[in-house]
Amino acid sequence: MKIIVAIKQVPARDSQLRLNAAAKWIDDSDLTFEINEPDAYALEEALQLKEKLGTGEVVALCLGPERAASTIREALAKGADRAIHIVCEQPEALDPLAIAKLLAAAVGPEAPDLLLTGLQSDDLGSGQTGVILAELLGASHATIIMEVQPQAGAIRVKRELEDGWFQYITMPLPAVLTIQSGLNRLRYATLMGIKKAKTKELRTLEAAALAGGAPVATLDKVYLPDRQKQTLMIEGTPKEQAAKLVEKLKFEMRVL
Amino acid sequence: MPRFPGVDYLQIDSLFNEQELLVRQTTRQFIEDRGIPLIRDCFRDGRFPKELIPEMGELGFFGANLEGYGCAGMSNVEYGLIMQEIERCDSGLRSFVSVQGALVMYPILTYGSEEQKQHWLPRLQSGKAIGCFGLTEPGYGSNPAGMTTKAVKDGSHWVLNGEKTWITNGGVADVAVVWARAEDGIRGFLVEAGTPGYSTSDIHGKLSMRASVTSSLAFADCRIPAENMLPNVRGLKGPLGCLSQARHGIGWGVLGAAMDCYETARQYTILRKQFDDKPIAGHQLVQEKLAWMITEITKGQLLALHCGRLKDQGKLEPAHISMLKQNNVAIALECARLSRDLLGGNGIMDEYPIMRHLCNLETVKTYEGTDHIHTLVIGERVTGIAAYK
Repeated sequence: MKIIVAIKQVPARDSQLRLNAAAKWIDDSDLTFEINEPDAYALEEALQLKEKLGTGEVVALCLGPERAASTIREALAKGADRAIHIVCEQPEALDPLAIAKLLAAAVGPEAPDLLLTGLQSDDLGSGQTGVILAELLGASHATIIMEVQPQAGAIRVKRELEDGWFQYITMPLPAVLTIQSGLNRLRYATLMGIKKAKTKELRTLEAAALAGGAPVATLDKVYLPDRQKQTLMIEGTPKEQAAKLVEKLKFEMRVL
Repeated sequence: MPRFPGVDYLQIDSLFNEQELLVRQTTRQFIEDRGIPLIRDCFRDGRFPKELIPEMGELGFFGANLEGYGCAGMSNVEYGLIMQEIERCDSGLRSFVSVQGALVMYPILTYGSEEQKQHWLPRLQSGKAIGCFGLTEPGYGSNPAGMTTKAVKDGSHWVLNGEKTWITNGGVADVAVVWARAEDGIRGFLVEAGTPGYSTSDIHGKLSMRASVTSSLAFADCRIPAENMLPNVRGLKGPLGCLSQARHGIGWGVLGAAMDCYETARQYTILRKQFDDKPIAGHQLVQEKLAWMITEITKGQLLALHCGRLKDQGKLEPAHISMLKQNNVAIALECARLSRDLLGGNGIMDEYPIMRHLCNLETVKTYEGTDHIHTLVIGERVTGIAAYK
């Protein structure tokens, strides 16, 4: 099975973000970057599928500036067989449609059986690129995937729905799946893998040379949310108060 | 808990290449996921986290800067960054990796026969076998040339008699690299656990390096096959060559402990408020300590990096390594003491890593060449006069 994994490089979690001078994007001059988290799980799933099947190829595909090469090397170090880098210095100026067109132009000639990517990016979080890409490629697709089981000429997937419900579907190939974080355990790049990555093929394509297209949606202005200090009194019995507090810490503050 | 952001005051990261940064990142991730959650209890219980051994082997940490026999063939700078990240967790954990790679795998690779390499290196690299290094004796620490452990040839065997002490990994080792005085000078021998006449006893009561096994080794008419001698080195340069490898790693490793102390104290003093709700980091005496620490850590990083690059070029000399080991351990220990101070009462609690690092670094100051001896090596280098005796 030939699997392409589309990965994106995003600012490291816990980064101190500042806006750039034009207030069109963040100032990324002194940030550190890492692989988009759901994409890391997509890569892991691809590697595990290849290992399970005992055959196949995993190709990492990344659209991003020169610096994204470090994230691509990491994917190669973890076990991707080769990689394609669509060099695009200002991906933030593109919308999911324009990005998907560029990705589709690179994916087309590869004719993969399966394309995996994270369900959304940690920076913009549109959650559309994978789905649009499937449409452009004419492939079947499913989102928020928790499990992938290969079958003869098809795959069976588990989708996460709301409220703890799951959906199981059998889909024809080729297919595009957007992967949910946490569906597997991420491997580390081993030192031997890091060394080997240097010898693997990393093909670069210039975004300008691919059949892309102008974005239909543009970022007009980026701004920090207004900070408001609020005090909330939680009412009820101690037990109810504790339950509400835990819920707020978990789902609103996200500190638990 | 927020992830460790790294300590980089002077854009030192710009001096590392992409692969070096990736090596640091993969080690850091492993240590944060698997090492740091365990280490407090290990130290408390006096237990080495042996469950980490297989994964560390798989990642390639053992003998990472060696070539062949399954080793990763990393550069010395990459190796140094691995040591730094591991010691940010704990000096005892780093000691395990240092001993396995620099003091056991290195001599087998450098001084061993092809059969010894084929037999031991893949096992040691993967962590399926554990090694220890026996040089120090109860009466001979800084002066290993006086060692009394003897090796006498008897037909197709060597017979070892003597005692070694302060041996990291001793009680858990499958193989010991033992240095002993033979007729033709000091020689290295591979002694397997279970050999009659060879016994170990762990040293208890340590208030430092509690997450590491330290033992004494005893040899009483211990007969080992003649082919277990390391054939390609004779004299004290054998063990000293190993120690140069390990000390280079220590010079990097202790920076990890220093960074952990500094970063813990920096965050703590920004959050901790006294006197009119003012962060204690806003006081001059606190800032002076933070400024001292970040300055010394930065200088230590540059020293380590330069030594690592020299080592990659084959130009690093033992007297350089003495400066690296002596200086970086001393400033790391001082960072631990200052950070302990800045955390007040909390500084002595094992909820924070500082007191553990502080206790560990007291050992690191002494082992692998004491602070005094390394100072005298530097002194000898600049005066031409040896002042050890």
